[in-house]
Amino acid sequence: MINKISFKIIFSATVAIIIIIGAFAFFNVRFLERTLVSEIKRHASQQSETIKSSVRSAMLANNRSDISAIIKTIGKQQCIQEVRILNKEGEINYASDSSKIGEMLDKKAEACYNCHATGVPLEKLDMKDRTRIFRLHPDSARTFGVINPIYNEPSCWNSSCHVHPREQKVLGVLDLTVCLKTMDDELQNAKISMVVFALFAIGLLGFVLWIVVHLWVDKPVKKLVQATREVASGNLNYTIGHLNNDELGALARSFDNMTRKTAEARQQLFQSDKMASLGRLAAGVAHEINNPLTGILTYSSFLLKRAKSQPELKNDLEVIVHETKRSREIVKGLLDFARQSVPKKNKANIRNIIERAASVVEHQLNISKVTLEKELAPDLPQVLIDANQMQQVFTNLIVNASHAMCAGGGSIRISTKLISLKPYGTAQIKQALCPKGHNLMDPDVKIRGMASIKLRAKSGGSEGFIHLDPIYGKNRHKYGILIDDKAEIELSCPKCQTSLIDSRKRCPQCGAPVYFIEIPGKGRIEGCVTKGGEWQHWKIKEEEGAKEYIEIKTADTGCGIPPENLNKIFEPFFTTKGQKGTGLGLSVIWGIIDNHGGSIHVESEINVGTVFTIHLPVDDSDTE
Amino acid sequence: MKDVVHILAIDDEQVILDSIVKLCSLENWQVDTAIDTESGLEKLSNKTYQLIISDIMMPGMDGFGLLEYLREKEISVPVIITTGFSTVENAVKALYTGAVDFLPKPFTLEELLSSVSRALQYSTIRDRQKAAMLKNDTETLLYIPCPAKYRRLGYGGWAFLEADGSVKIGLTDLFLRTIQSTIKHIDLLSADNEIVQGNSCFQIETDDELTHSLLAPLSGRILKVNEQILADITLIEKDPYFNGWFYTIVPANLEFELKYLIPCSSENL
Repeated sequence: MINKISFKIIFSATVAIIIIIGAFAFFNVRFLERTLVSEIKRHASQQSETIKSSVRSAMLANNRSDISAIIKTIGKQQCIQEVRILNKEGEINYASDSSKIGEMLDKKAEACYNCHATGVPLEKLDMKDRTRIFRLHPDSARTFGVINPIYNEPSCWNSSCHVHPREQKVLGVLDLTVCLKTMDDELQNAKISMVVFALFAIGLLGFVLWIVVHLWVDKPVKKLVQATREVASGNLNYTIGHLNNDELGALARSFDNMTRKTAEARQQLFQSDKMASLGRLAAGVAHEINNPLTGILTYSSFLLKRAKSQPELKNDLEVIVHETKRSREIVKGLLDFARQSVPKKNKANIRNIIERAASVVEHQLNISKVTLEKELAPDLPQVLIDANQMQQVFTNLIVNASHAMCAGGGSIRISTKLISLKPYGTAQIKQALCPKGHNLMDPDVKIRGMASIKLRAKSGGSEGFIHLDPIYGKNRHKYGILIDDKAEIELSCPKCQTSLIDSRKRCPQCGAPVYFIEIPGKGRIEGCVTKGGEWQHWKIKEEEGAKEYIEIKTADTGCGIPPENLNKIFEPFFTTKGQKGTGLGLSVIWGIIDNHGGSIHVESEINVGTVFTIHLPVDDSDTE
Repeated sequence: MKDVVHILAIDDEQVILDSIVKLCSLENWQVDTAIDTESGLEKLSNKTYQLIISDIMMPGMDGFGLLEYLREKEISVPVIITTGFSTVENAVKALYTGAVDFLPKPFTLEELLSSVSRALQYSTIRDRQKAAMLKNDTETLLYIPCPAKYRRLGYGGWAFLEADGSVKIGLTDLFLRTIQSTIKHIDLLSADNEIVQGNSCFQIETDDELTHSLLAPLSGRILKVNEQILADITLIEKDPYFNGWFYTIVPANLEFELKYLIPCSSENL
């Protein structure tokens, strides 16, 4: 519970609200109190002035009974606690509470302290010093007091009574005390409503936060956790799908991307592993089994020779010899698996090679009632090729086509012509370097079967790798990180991190920065750094212009290849022939064509047929 | 001919040694056995053998080491190399380094006997030819060597590179002469089959019920089979280097495999 993200967010928000509302309430109440106190102060001193002036004439006339009556009447007003007039000695001369008259006040009492704190009593006092707030008892309501000195005036000493000598400055003090209970109650109410408001705010905010966190954090996180569990348990096909457009949504998309990449990598690894482990297994099996097999085969063939005169025994021994020989062939078959060949190129005529390939398979085609039509251009230039490998290509293509016939034969048409192709969209980048000379080619990640160009990419805070399409101008790049469309990407060398951005140039199409990669001996290729940016420029190639290729098309009237298989047919071990095929035929063809700097692609329509198109460069000098 | 044939068999598996002893006893060949190359060489220093049959993979000195040793010491005893790890590389390397034959395990009685009999015959012919040459006797020619432009794997199969990139494959006269009995039947592969350098590519059955296999000098796909020799077996003997060819093949890995072929212009056998 405590570790839940929703609890953490709600808890911290609550603490923040308490602090904010607390501070707000504190200052608000203090401000209110100050306003009220100053209002009371003003009001009380005004009242005190009013009392003073209303008793003035009575005082001058020394009419004590009038003074007493006025003070008593005023003292009866609600809220006024006490009104008293003290003389210079501290004796209460008049008071609203008549029992207090005649009492002597200590000069150290709260009412007198402000003037009599020092030896010589002060004669003048500021307004703020004349007021005081005190409690009569610790549990009684607060009281506000204001003193108003009564100064000696000419009319006092000129008066007939001559009570006050002329030298005297202050004749006495009018002290008014007012009860503050109403104000205190108001302040208390304000405080309570503040607390109620704070509690309500905390509750509402907590609820809203809980819903928000639950919808936008808890749920997606739960899905993410579920996905990681699925992947951990080996289900690499699991995808989270669309979550939100926020960071967690980006994480989910990135996660899906990662699992997809991992699944692909695992598949590739699995395929290459299959070959390697089969080789190791074959070697191990061959060595371990061949010695005991030798024992069986030699002894049984020895016995067979000696048992010539015993037909029964002979027959049994023949079975042993025969079966042991069969085992020997199986082991040998394993060892023969996986052989490689290096092309040996010579100038040759493609027409002759096709004719020869056709003659090899002629017999086989006749048996399966497949006709072979040849439309071979008569005067094609010679090309630098490995004639034997190329013949293998055509033999395999024709045999494959004959196997693809649905029922009762069909026809295969093989045609050649000379075509001219521009480098843009056709030229393959076979070598690429960063400015410091690091090789950028990555044979492990292939795009349409060709080694790609690996670059470090940075965009919008995420960092990873991009594999560029090695075909100049094709732009079928593989993005290892999620990048928004049209976003600019910082590209650098994956080995030395040197930037591959050319700061002096701008993309002529969109004005974005331009990356460059060095092609040893063939200048450099420049391209637009935005995702989806189509612009690429290879100066040297463009200057060379269009190139001549020989196009060889093999079209059959077979069953066709389902679209989902079209991308896989050149992959090793992919076969639709079940146990009959190794799944290596087309991948070998692909390898041979690639070694010759050519390209092969396939188009197919179900129940109509399949067309394989091969392009072989006429001048092969620059593909090495 | 020598009265008794002495053979030295070297193999780290006792059962192989026992079976060689047993099989050779049928032909009255005397077989001494050694469990490793070192003890084999010790026996070799005490006695003269007409033939050594040796495994490749053994603790200590291996089969190739033995071939090297014999060449350095100029001991001209023929060696048949046999191994359970019968890869193309091993076969070709063995023949290139001087073995007279490569016999992949597991082998049958017939295969062993035919290989041994050919190897014995080969050394007899070779010794007599040498003796004749020492006497400056240029008239005596015990076999017709293959034409200078041809290349051979060991002394058995030849290969000739045609101008169009295909390769003709056939059998040397020397190989035919090591077969002492008349040819009864030959087993050819049909066109479109793959043959692999160092692996058997055709068999010759003889009257003495032995089967002699020829190791293919190069790998490739068979383009054409010489139908003429099927019609007339004697053509092989009459014209082994021209009309007596066996297959025309499309080589699969010419550049690499050529390294292991010995030019027929070479004096060495």
